Amino acid sequence: MNAEVRAMKTEAEKALAAAYEAARVRLPGKGALSALRADAFHLFENQGLPHRRVEDWKYTDLRALMREAYPLAALPDAAAKAKAKGAGALFSGLDARRLVFIDGAFVPEMSDLTSEPGLTIGSMADALAKGGALVTEHVGKTFENDDVAVALNTALMGDGAVIRIAKGSAIKRPIHLVFAPGSDKPSSVFVRSLIVVEDGARAVIIEDHDSGPAQVNATLELIVGDKADVSYVRATRAKALHVASLLAKVGADVTFNTFAFASDVNVLRNQNFIRFAGERTKAGIRGVSLLRGKDHADTTLLIEHAKGHCESRELFKSVLDEQGHSVFQGKIVVKPHAQKTDAKMMTRALLLSDEAEADNKPELEIFADDVVCGHGATTSAPDKSLKFYLMSRGIPEAEAEALLVQAFVDEVIDGIADEGIRKALMFAALRWLGTHA
Amino acid sequence: MAFLEVKNLHVEIEDKKILNGLTLSIEKGQVAAIMGPNGSGKSTLAYVLAGKSEYNITEGDVLLNGESILEMAPDERAAKGVFLAFQYPVEVPGVATMTFLRTALNAQRKTRGENELSTPEFMRLVRDTAGHLGISQEMLRRAVNVGFSGGEKKRNEILQMAVLQPKLAVLDETDSGLDIDALKIVADGVNKLRSPDRSMVVITHYQRLLNYIVPDVVHVLAKGRVVKSGGKELALELEAKGYAQFQGEAA
Repeated sequence: MNAEVRAMKTEAEKALAAAYEAARVRLPGKGALSALRADAFHLFENQGLPHRRVEDWKYTDLRALMREAYPLAALPDAAAKAKAKGAGALFSGLDARRLVFIDGAFVPEMSDLTSEPGLTIGSMADALAKGGALVTEHVGKTFENDDVAVALNTALMGDGAVIRIAKGSAIKRPIHLVFAPGSDKPSSVFVRSLIVVEDGARAVIIEDHDSGPAQVNATLELIVGDKADVSYVRATRAKALHVASLLAKVGADVTFNTFAFASDVNVLRNQNFIRFAGERTKAGIRGVSLLRGKDHADTTLLIEHAKGHCESRELFKSVLDEQGHSVFQGKIVVKPHAQKTDAKMMTRALLLSDEAEADNKPELEIFADDVVCGHGATTSAPDKSLKFYLMSRGIPEAEAEALLVQAFVDEVIDGIADEGIRKALMFAALRWLGTHA
Repeated sequence: MAFLEVKNLHVEIEDKKILNGLTLSIEKGQVAAIMGPNGSGKSTLAYVLAGKSEYNITEGDVLLNGESILEMAPDERAAKGVFLAFQYPVEVPGVATMTFLRTALNAQRKTRGENELSTPEFMRLVRDTAGHLGISQEMLRRAVNVGFSGGEKKRNEILQMAVLQPKLAVLDETDSGLDIDALKIVADGVNKLRSPDRSMVVITHYQRLLNYIVPDVVHVLAKGRVVKSGGKELALELEAKGYAQFQGEAA
């Protein structure tokens, strides 16, 4: 760690460094955890905020987007708690276990902590402070990389969820992590969560972010044991800037499905680092972004097939109106010896306006010789002949277009196994379409 | 007054002239066959009646019940009773056939200021009609035309026609791609919809379809205009002599 320290240039970089210096002593975690923060901060110091000349961040120039870094959010007060009562409404029809976080801080008194065999729920701040076995074993180790956003999160991580689902336990209701905004003042939030699903366990987890005017950096480490069945859904709305990182390590014979839903996002970077570390796992990595105004959503995937005989399907769609901008960077890496890998990645963008922009960058990096891998990308306006067909049956133009957009989006949402979540997201998409001019 | 009047219609697509002063009248309740060689403008006429926007109408008019429809969007024409059974029905992924039928019917009724049909009424209407056409419940649940065979797609067109109950049905080469059994089912479906209140334009290249859907009149189209009109026996004459006799005349 004696690389040359790069001069801090931007206001935001200086502010983040100052925030780390000031908070370092009171941030939870000692010893190895505190060293982990220091190393991560060092990585950030060396590289600075990623910008457009950094290939992985080409389309989401954090340095330009973050003119300033907001101060770290304070703990939620009574007013913030009162406001957060109605949070998570997107899934209000769902019978789920609701866990509430305000500006990243766990609020036990607003959360459903009724006990269930095999399920342990705690706060990340507590776990870090106590130096518990789970965090010491996993935090920062699930998918090591040199991503600056993840490093910043590690350096400044405050609170979040720590959930353990014990071997063989089937959790009955979806676990709904509701991340609500606190004060209306611009602040920055570094949420860090850890979910460990042990061998043979089953769980449905929803991470539901309504980011308000904050700069949010939310990172989840997800460890999935052999023969487990995990569905992970992330829904994001953000008025300012939201960087979400999923770091996942998935074992053998797992059924693994993720879904990312974005609408009403000012700037969203949704990055997913997923490693298949065991054989015969089947995975569906999917998502939908609905963008209008100047919304920007960047979906970046690094799917690593480290072991053979796994099947992964990646499907991401975006609908873009006005000056909406979607980015898809998907990379599938097949490691040497990961034979019989079957991976197919597809991304589709539907442009409803001439000013919308979709950038698609699929990549395959294959080091094994007996694999089936493919990728595809399309960008188009709604099909004219389809629209004419619907209109010729009496359906007015706006309704015909809405029907086609809905069908476009529903094709992905349909892949969600949980009926309640599927309905909630279909309804959310419908509502977005209804409010679109 | 005829129900449909096409007056001196001139139509171009991408600067190529397709219809060249076409004039045609169809009476209320009449079934008119339009026959003609490839490239004579049959499908263009069908699309122009339905309101497809790619066509450039340089001259002439189309009156439905005395009212010009050329400025109307396709959905407005549909609400006025125009229906086109497509030669190549498109697949609409993600839109279930039932949803599609219902959205279409209710949109038309709304435009006409009528009440929307209740769910049980609608279900009964569709189920009865689908049964006659050999369309299963499973097909109705599937996305419109997705994974349907050529024959199933054509039957689905007739189902839509039966549900929407148009005043002017234009059938564009409904016989193309059908084997004899499928042709009989489709023709049977069309014949059931014959009514004194419904005019039909049956566009076909071959006389065969007209054995099953017997027309009141036959018009022959060549080079973008009607070159001959007559009774149903004209179709037989064309079958025997071919279209060559008209190819020169209209030039």
